Order: sequence, then structure tokens, then C-alpha cells
Amino acid sequence: MSAKRPVFTRRRFIIGASAVGATIGAALVGGALVVGTTVPDILSYGADTAVGPFGAFIKIAPDGIVTLVSKHLEMGQGNHAGLAAIVAEELDADWSKMRYEQAPANAKLYGNALMQGLQGTGGSSAIANSWMQLRQAGAAARAMLVQAAAQSWSVPAAEITVKDGVLGHASGKSAGFGELLTAASKIAPPQNPVLKDPARFTLIGTDRVRRKDSPGKVTGTARFTQDVHMPDMLVAVVAHPPLFGATVKSFDATDARKIPGVVDVIQVAKGVAVLANDTYTAKLGRDALKVSWDDSKAEKRGSAQILALYKDLAAGKNGDVKAQPFETKGEAAVPGADALIVAYDFPYLAHATMEPMNCVAQVEGHQCKLTFGSQVQTLDQLNSASVVVALPGKIEIETLLAGGSFGRRANPASDYVVECVEIAKKLGNGRPVKLVWTREDDMMSGRYRPLTHHAIAIKTDGEGMPAIWRHRIVTQSILKEIPTAPSFDDTTVEGTKGSPYFKATPIVDAQVYMPDIGVPVLWWRSVGATHTAMAMEHTIDQLARRAGKDPVEYRRALYAKAGEEGARHLAALNLAVEKSGYGQALEAGWARGVAVHECFGSVVAQVAEVSIANGEPRVRRVVTAIDCGIAIAPNQIAAQMEGGTCYGLSAALYGKITLKDGAVEQSNFDSYRVLRMNEAPRVETYIVPSTKPPTGVGEPGTPVIAPAVANALLVLTGKPTTSLPFVTT
Amino acid sequence: MPTALEINGKAVTVKAAPDTPLLWVLRDELLLTGTKYGCGIAQCGACTVHINGVATRSCITAISDIAGAKVTTIEGLGGTHPVQAAWLKHDVPQCGYCQSGQIMSATALLAVTPNPSDQDIDDAMSGNICRCGTYQRIRAAIKDAAVISG
Repeated sequence: MSAKRPVFTRRRFIIGASAVGATIGAALVGGALVVGTTVPDILSYGADTAVGPFGAFIKIAPDGIVTLVSKHLEMGQGNHAGLAAIVAEELDADWSKMRYEQAPANAKLYGNALMQGLQGTGGSSAIANSWMQLRQAGAAARAMLVQAAAQSWSVPAAEITVKDGVLGHASGKSAGFGELLTAASKIAPPQNPVLKDPARFTLIGTDRVRRKDSPGKVTGTARFTQDVHMPDMLVAVVAHPPLFGATVKSFDATDARKIPGVVDVIQVAKGVAVLANDTYTAKLGRDALKVSWDDSKAEKRGSAQILALYKDLAAGKNGDVKAQPFETKGEAAVPGADALIVAYDFPYLAHATMEPMNCVAQVEGHQCKLTFGSQVQTLDQLNSASVVVALPGKIEIETLLAGGSFGRRANPASDYVVECVEIAKKLGNGRPVKLVWTREDDMMSGRYRPLTHHAIAIKTDGEGMPAIWRHRIVTQSILKEIPTAPSFDDTTVEGTKGSPYFKATPIVDAQVYMPDIGVPVLWWRSVGATHTAMAMEHTIDQLARRAGKDPVEYRRALYAKAGEEGARHLAALNLAVEKSGYGQALEAGWARGVAVHECFGSVVAQVAEVSIANGEPRVRRVVTAIDCGIAIAPNQIAAQMEGGTCYGLSAALYGKITLKDGAVEQSNFDSYRVLRMNEAPRVETYIVPSTKPPTGVGEPGTPVIAPAVANALLVLTGKPTTSLPFVTT
Repeated sequence: MPTALEINGKAVTVKAAPDTPLLWVLRDELLLTGTKYGCGIAQCGACTVHINGVATRSCITAISDIAGAKVTTIEGLGGTHPVQAAWLKHDVPQCGYCQSGQIMSATALLAVTPNPSDQDIDDAMSGNICRCGTYQRIRAAIKDAAVISG
């Protein structure tokens, strides 16, 4: 399994040591990097890397409170609960006395091994990359406390027990973590502490593992970037170009400056910023600007033109963009006239986080402090360092909670961060600047899930099973703008590439086209799977239908053919099918749809109950089975399946960003419809038992619902779905 | 021209221009940041507060229109409200950004409909968007809070 974890491959590009050297080199003031320095050393150059007695991840206070220093952004996915539980388990801490705090930006201490050493949160990797690291940290701290007790009580360490934050000995002696803190702090941490046998876990995998951040979030005291107030702080709202790639030709700020409370107007690389004492005034000022744009280099194509180009490419009618094979097997052969021919169109999608993008920056000379929900701290440091000309490790970041991200806050260019730093730098007086993107700015300023087209032709054998599978994908590369990216962008095909269905098909010819389009794109919760899950899973149901077979039985046959690579899919499918009552009749007008997909190392199977009401699909129940390795926080795994399903369903039903002559047609939730309470299904979550290391849960719940619904609609209407969203009005 | 308001039981006089939306007065002048900005056009509900007990979108409510009114924000619920307790029991929040608005809509619902049906909940809550998709836990928590309050 570890051999095929797409999470790592898609981010592997970011850091190759030489490339990082180039990036940082540009940020140094005539500086030269030391040859032979490791990547984490380079990334954290200039940073303080001193840690406390229990290492970088654990703090113990005299009152016995144990704090996990979390290197991962909390953006809703609840990772802090699982991370704290890993520490508490090995430490035998009292869960009620566990706390967590966000780590400072420091790649040396807090790099993500699954993101090539960058400090960052993405690809559903938080738990997976922290699993052994935090177990070892917890076990080491436990050993230090035990040793301290042994010395203090003059008893053998082996005779000491630890339970719920209390050390004890048969002689009757006992002490809390806090009481042994001073003595334990003087003991050298063991290099290879003994880890618990997972069979002895008492906290991990139980419903005792709950979020620690709920109290602040139900009282309004949780602190988001939007909530930051500092003495002398100014708020900036920026006029962005109406077309991607347009630039400021000239502007007239006369009216803006007349508004009481407007303090300054500053041109930046991608627009004009109005600074005021408060948010509302800054927005009034921005709206009063008169900006003339140079759109000579702007992208002016609309969605329809882009899609037409994609269809031509997939059909081999346009030779300007080269096809890149990503999975080929067997003798090249054409599927023939009796093949199943299917195609799918997917629109651009906005992340539409509840908290629009924002950032707080203080710049004085070459010093820069950022306060915001940073998702890839190291990239934000690197990009900010380039603006203020400083060592990346010297860029200070206080990471706050993020009001959602779904990938948006992690972007290679640090777009909104750099904009904020640029404004603060040009302001030039060291005053803190809070950049606020309005909802409209957030929705219209780009970074979308790429518009994508799949074209598939499949010849079947005498049993109705796929014999020749020809697959074409056309989509923009997400990684292309990054100079250090590899020549092949795996995010465009993940989920099609590596599919067990390909494994089960004798001849496969799969290629991708990645044309240049001037619309900025980005990973969006579950990335490639946002389209590949639909393309694969809805196609399977059409194949099953042609073969006159039940889609569950059809999948089982394919997974059996795929062998080892279909085993986890089969187990997840079987669990979901069993719990769903699949096969039992539903009321008239309702049908079940099944889909299974692997995403970031986890396999999710869903059975959705669907009907059609007022011309729109209505989903009432979604039975979900997930194999995510060892389940650490079942309550939060369920939460991510519930939320991931809603996020995927929202996009499948309604989500679309469209362009007309290059201009984005949606601006707010009135034109970009999203799932609401009355449309949300009841999601039931079941976890496949596993002894494998944990994999992610933040994203894998998102991509499966679209094909599950499409497959139910196929039963209800007999018609395949050929484009998303389902609702087009 | 200052505007007089009663916020969470306290009389306050705010300096903002009369046409300023209540949302920005709460957040930027009074530093009551529990009430969130999400859309600015009354589409998402993140800014929901009670005005004289009625759930209201503060992002489109000019302070001049509510002079003298009683405003309750998430900070005014006190932290131990049955709805907040139910939210904790179900670990409703994910990112949490919309939850102040959700809770204010839920408390307003329960104040007039102590035992809401699913339809009542849909009607009262469908103006509040949660992009994390916590809807089913919100529904469960509202039903629990109804029991606790009842």
C-alpha cells in the first residue's frame, strides 16, 4: 500500500534541494547558501530551533496539563484531536488534561515528511506523517517521567505504572506529571523509546477522542484571521482586475480618498489597495476607485470555448498540445465500433470557504510577521521573504484557525499572503495591515478546481468485462506554474491512474492533455479525485448495465481480477453494501447508487439513496465505509465523512464557476449555489477494521458522492450523466 | 452622528456612520468578533444576531434602522445556553466560522418553536450555510437542545 500513496507524489515536486536553493537564493541579500545543507536546514535558516525538555511537540506544565504543539493547521478537519490522542496514548496522559496549540513556522522542527520537509498541511497527511513522530515523542516523554519517578522513589523503572497522567508504584507511591516535571526535565530523552503494542491502546480508536476547539467555536471566542485587531492596524481591501492576467493601466483614487477613514491608496502587483481604519470603510474606498485595466495579455476565452478546445484535444483534432501517456498496458488497440463511448465535463469550482481569504502582516524593513491561517507555512515564508528580502526562517508566522480551506489557503504563489505583505511593505511605516478579501474578491480572484474533460472508450469481452480501456483526460496542470515541478503533473490523473479497474483490464491506453489556459487553478479538496472518481465510477455502472449485471457484483468481479490492488476496495464496498440494506426494495421513486474510490491512501465506498424532486436530485441517506488504516478518532472520521460528503455533493449538485469572455460570472452565494441544511443527506459512517498505519480522512470523503448519485440517477432515469453539476438551471 | 443601541444588555453609543451595517459596528468598533462576515448580502447567515429576539442578518442591517433596538450576539448567549451545550455534546463545529450564526439562528428558532420538526429546522436553518457540512450534527444538536430546554 505504501508504494501507491498519491498524497506524496503530488507534493513531491515542491522541494528538490537545488530548486529550493534557487528560490531562497533569490530571497537572500547577496547571500550564498552553504553547500550540503539539508532541505529542512535551508528552509528554516535563520530560525530559532531550540526546544524544551520533551522536544518540539510536547509541553508539560506544573499543573499536569500536557500540550501538543501541533505543526498542522486546524481548518476544520479536526486533526488536532487525533494528533493529541497519539501523544496522550503513548504518554498515558489524562485526556481531559490534554491541550493543543499551533506550532510556530519552523520547517526544521515542524516539517511534514510527506511534503518533502515543508511545514504544511495537505493531501490528508496530518495524521499519517505524524503517526510515528508523535508516538515516539509521547513514548520518550513517558520514559523520562518514569525514570524520574524511579530515581525519586528508588524503585526499578520497570515496576512503575502510568495511567491517566499519574505515575504509581506498588509501594503506594504516586505522582502526577506536574510533580515529576523538574526531575524528568533533567533526563535525556531516549533515542528509541519503546512504543505501545497497538493492541494495548486505550484511547486511540475510542469515542473519547473529541475535538478540543469546540468551546471557543460555540462561544464566538475562537480566533480567526478575520478577528485580528492590533493597535494601529489598518484594513486593506483591493481592487482586482476583472480578467485573469489584466494589470493596472492607471487609476484615480480621488473619490476614495475623500471618504472619512480612508488612510492610504497603494498600487500593488495585482491591483490597487485602499487602506482604512476599519473594514467597511476600506471596502467603500475600494468601491470608489476608478481603475483602468490593461487586458492586452488577459485570458479572454469563456468556459464554452475552453471546453470546445478540450473536446478537440481529446479527439485528437488539435495537435498543439502533446498527449502524455500515464498508464499503458498491452498492445495498442482501438476499442472498435461496439465500444462503450462516454465523456464527462467538469466545470471550474471555487473553494468558497466560509472565511474569505485574508492575512495580517507587519513589515518593518526586512522584518516580517504574519498572523493568519497559514496552510503551508514554509511556502508562505519563502514567498514573503522574496518580498521583504529576508531569510525565510526569519519570517515569523503565528498560525491561527482557518475558517475552512479545502486547499485554498495552500498555494504555491501564496497569492493573498504576498499581496498583504506587499501592501504592508509599501505602506512603509510598520503598521499592521489586515488584508480582507470580500466574498466577491474571494470567488472571482481565481484558484479554481480546473475545468476538466474525460473521454473514454471501452471494448468489453464476452462476459461484459472491460477488455480494452482507452481514456483521455484534458485539464490544466495545477503544478505547472511552479518552476520546480516535475515534467509530469500527477494531480491531473490521480484516481484514474492506478485504478484497480485498469489493473483488471488487459489493454489500457490512458493519456492526458494539459493545455495552457490563463485561469489560475489549484488543488480543491481531493484534487484529481474530484473528477477521476466520477469518470471511473459512473463508467463502471454503465458497463455493468450494458452487461446486464448488478453494479455491486460487477465491481466485486473487477476487484477480484485486480487482486491485491482491489482488496481494500472490496472490503469497503462489502461493508457499505451490508450496512445499506442494498438489494432490499426502496419506495417508488427512490434508488440506490454505489461508488468506491481510493484517495490519499484511504478507500471510501458509499451507497446513496436518491430520488428526483422538482427536477433536482434529492439525496436522503449516504452509507459510507472507509478504510483509513488504524482509526484514531472515530468521531472525527465520521465528521469528515459527513462534511466531505456534503462538500462533494454541493459541487456535484450545483457547483460551477463559468467564464464569459474571460470574466467570471459568479460572485457570491446568490450565484454560486451551495448545499444547505434542507438539502443535506444523513451520512452514516462505518470504519473497516485495520492494523495498518493511519491514512487521511479530510479529503477521501468528498469525491465518491457524485458518482454514487449519478449511478442512482442512472437507475431512476436510464440516462447517464455526462457533465456536472447535475442541476444546470 | 452617534447611534444608541443595546448590545447584550448594555447600552452603547456607536460612532460609525448611520448607514454602516451592524456587522461592521459589532466587529470593528465594539470588537465583538464572534459575529462573522461571510457574504455581505444576507446569503450565508454567518452574521446572524438577534434584534429584539428575531434572527437577523447584521450584514445588511444599517444601524440607523435599529436605533434603540436590543441586539444579542453570540457573546451575549453566555456560553452555557442549552444550544451551546448541545453543540458541544455533538462536537458540531468543524472550521467553526459559521457556527456563531448557526447557533443564533437555532436559539431564535427554539425560542418560538420549543420542539421543532425537521421541517421547522429546515425552514429556520436553511439560510445558514456551512461549507464544512456540519448540517446533520446541527440538526441533532437542535433536537437535543429542545429536550434540554424543554
